[in-house]
Amino acid sequence: MSTNAAIRNRRRLDLRAIPGQTVGELDDRLHSARPLRSLMNKVFPDHWSFLLGEIALWSFIVLLLTGTFLTFFFDPSMEEVTYQGSYAPLKGMAMSRAYESSLELSFDVRGGLIMRQMHHWAALLFMAGIVVHMFRTFFTGAFRKPRELNWIIGVLLFWLAFLEGFAGYSLPDDALSGTGLRIANAIILSVPVIGTWASSSLFGGEFPGTLIIPRLYITHVLLVPALLVALISAHMALLLLQKHTQWPGPGRTNTNVVGERMVPRYAAKMGGFFMLVFALIAMMGGLLQINPIWLFGPYEAAVVSAASQPDWYVMFLDGSTRLFPAWEIRAFGYTVPALFWPTIVLPGVLTVLPMLYPFLEARFTKDKQAHHLLQRPRDVPARTALGAMAIAFYVVLLLSGGNDVIADKFQISLNAMTWAGRVGLLLLPPLAYWVTYRICLGLQQHDREVLVHGVETGIIKRLPDGRFIEVHQPLAATDDHGHGELEYAGWTVPKKMNRLGALAPTVRGFFFPIEKPAAKPALPRPAEAPVSPAVTPVRQEIESGRR
Amino acid sequence: MSTHTTSRPAAAGPTAASPAATGPADPATARFELVREGAHRDGVEIVHYEPRFPVPGTRAERRVERTIAFFFLLTALSATAFLAVFIWWPWQYEIGSTLSKLYTPLLGLTLGLTLAGLGIGVVIWGKKLLPHEVAVEKRHIGSSDPEDRRITAAAMVNIADETSIGRRPLLRRTLALSLLPVGGVAIAPLVGGLITDPHKSNMMLRTGWDPANNDGERVRLVREDMTPIRPEDISVGGQITVFPGIPEGRTNKHADSPTLLIHLRATDAERARANIGRIPINKDAMYGNFVAYSKICTHAGCPASLYEQQTNRLLCPCHQSQFDILDNAKPIFGPATRRLPMLPIELDSEGFFVAKSDYPIPVGPGFWERS
Repeated sequence: MSTNAAIRNRRRLDLRAIPGQTVGELDDRLHSARPLRSLMNKVFPDHWSFLLGEIALWSFIVLLLTGTFLTFFFDPSMEEVTYQGSYAPLKGMAMSRAYESSLELSFDVRGGLIMRQMHHWAALLFMAGIVVHMFRTFFTGAFRKPRELNWIIGVLLFWLAFLEGFAGYSLPDDALSGTGLRIANAIILSVPVIGTWASSSLFGGEFPGTLIIPRLYITHVLLVPALLVALISAHMALLLLQKHTQWPGPGRTNTNVVGERMVPRYAAKMGGFFMLVFALIAMMGGLLQINPIWLFGPYEAAVVSAASQPDWYVMFLDGSTRLFPAWEIRAFGYTVPALFWPTIVLPGVLTVLPMLYPFLEARFTKDKQAHHLLQRPRDVPARTALGAMAIAFYVVLLLSGGNDVIADKFQISLNAMTWAGRVGLLLLPPLAYWVTYRICLGLQQHDREVLVHGVETGIIKRLPDGRFIEVHQPLAATDDHGHGELEYAGWTVPKKMNRLGALAPTVRGFFFPIEKPAAKPALPRPAEAPVSPAVTPVRQEIESGRR
Repeated sequence: MSTHTTSRPAAAGPTAASPAATGPADPATARFELVREGAHRDGVEIVHYEPRFPVPGTRAERRVERTIAFFFLLTALSATAFLAVFIWWPWQYEIGSTLSKLYTPLLGLTLGLTLAGLGIGVVIWGKKLLPHEVAVEKRHIGSSDPEDRRITAAAMVNIADETSIGRRPLLRRTLALSLLPVGGVAIAPLVGGLITDPHKSNMMLRTGWDPANNDGERVRLVREDMTPIRPEDISVGGQITVFPGIPEGRTNKHADSPTLLIHLRATDAERARANIGRIPINKDAMYGNFVAYSKICTHAGCPASLYEQQTNRLLCPCHQSQFDILDNAKPIFGPATRRLPMLPIELDSEGFFVAKSDYPIPVGPGFWERS
């Protein structure tokens, strides 16, 4: 190589060196090599149930994206206008500007309808994600010390999202949302002492006035979202700080996290899952109609139709309102309306009680330890049964929120539906408690039976004396009576021969095998069972039986 | 199943000191040792590391690759389709079943496939191609290091000491005194402007039927199109929603005023009259066989508008309260606790229905100040 060529080479921009140089320059300024590495090395345990919270998180991102688009067109004004848009059936009708601009969004903005529908579906999915994530956290005991604070943040997030959803679906000012607002006004009025003042202050005078939609709008697009973003950030930060809980299993203890580092595999799965949630919302937003406000018409105080149901997450409060008896307190010239109990007191209890639950449980079980290993629901029958009781209570209320539709579709008397709800609300939760408790004990017992006697093989053997017995495959070395000596380790006990490798491995390939299947392993008497006391040395975490 | 741990970095072993200095032939192996060391410094041990396909280029590996490529191609295709639909498909609303009705469904389908292809591809990539590993990270449980605790506590106590708040009671007390109303200062401007007196202009009691809205004249009952009503306009057993015949009487400005005017059958009217006689405020409210009840449910304020002609019941579709029209609109089922208020009606000199006066009791849901 000549000298000239060497100089030319040096001057030429070396493209391959640019990323390295850039990163170097960045680190000179940000000093971020170590924190970045630590973040990428964060270990996450893997289980399908840990994905449920992500549904809520990704739906929230879709909500932010679609919601921002909607604000470009929606006009939160209650000024009365005459509709002149392209949806012919409503032409010439008097309506509020808010309703008119919602119609414009649906009919006169290219792709506006799918954005509106995606926003609504994403909201429903957001709430559903929060609820199933809470179930997971509750039933596995993930809320225990040290995670009580994150559980409380989660409960607050649920109610904030609830409020956000209600404010959102009240904005279009159609007949359905106007009726919802009117009920909300009645609920506020029912609060003792301050009810009328609160109502007239929120509505700026008599219902509906002209201020409520603009006020709900700023609540919906700024106040509550800001709180949601702040609390979600805190939720995530606490997760990173305290590290994720994990299921018990080989090598998993209270003092470690077993899983994979965040980058690349975990991140790939997470990113892919975001795309999938987004895809689901896009398909629902396009293919499944939701909240067709043009069919409801503008809000008029004298107009309502049967089957006026709120969104699903509000429906349980509608149900409680329908079931509550006509008990009004009138004393000393004052009134506490019946509406107060099912719509103010009940949600209040449902906010405070879950927040206190971690502390109540710790007190009753006298458990002050920090826990990072999850519990199988069956191993804590009392908690699982309490959860089932709460779900039964909730489901009765949810169904009662649509009891007029059920009565109509199944030709049942409406009054009978109401009474069924009232009786069911008192009877079903205790029943659910008892049934769940028994099921948990039964499952526990079966786990231990398999650990002692082994897995049923389905092979019937006739003994020389004529008796028939089923051959059991022991999970570990047995004692003189043929009983295994394994202890329950708080995790799945294999109960089928397939789980022990009795089945040949799957042959891969759609039309023809793409690889030779491995030889079927001979099934020896397993020297060591998949769940073995030898690999789970930490025992203080695992509890069984009654608590 | 083979359980070869750490197959790529074959030369394992404790290489904490300077992994780069050992100088192995394979740069990839050397780099992985660095990764392992980095993880170690972050309290993470990679105890199992296994490439999905130790021998590159097998049929199985190419198959996974093709599958992922298929999903990426699906994304490319449907993203293009999405753009084409978005730009060229007719989208403006037309009456009847036209192509434009498919605009939103097609957008949803193509957008969904676009994102799903990408998502599935990336997930398969992660699950099937990226190396499988088991890493164990140390978890620090319980409180901070006792020493850290002590030092931080000392620092905080020191700060308190530096402010010397403890030995300056005058400052402490005056500060507390000054802070006392500050909370009010923060809240007052925010809330104060919002507060509206609910008892101003008797808002909770007055409706559009108050003659004061009509220059002291009795207010006419009008239909939705603001035309007045004569008794013969309503067939026997029929009912109609009426509004106060004043400017903006049928708009949401008078959301408490919608009223149901019902023409009872003669036999039903007899019973209704007998029952109405028992309630002093309703005594003179009926006109002939006509009754007028507030349409605003006394439970939550929905319009109680489903009239069952045969049973003379009025049902509110929101929470299924039922009211007996023949007995002063008494609640007979559901959560409502109070009767629907009755509007006293008569005919004016031209033979049109008018309200004798406003409702004698508050309309709509209950509230605290109501006796």
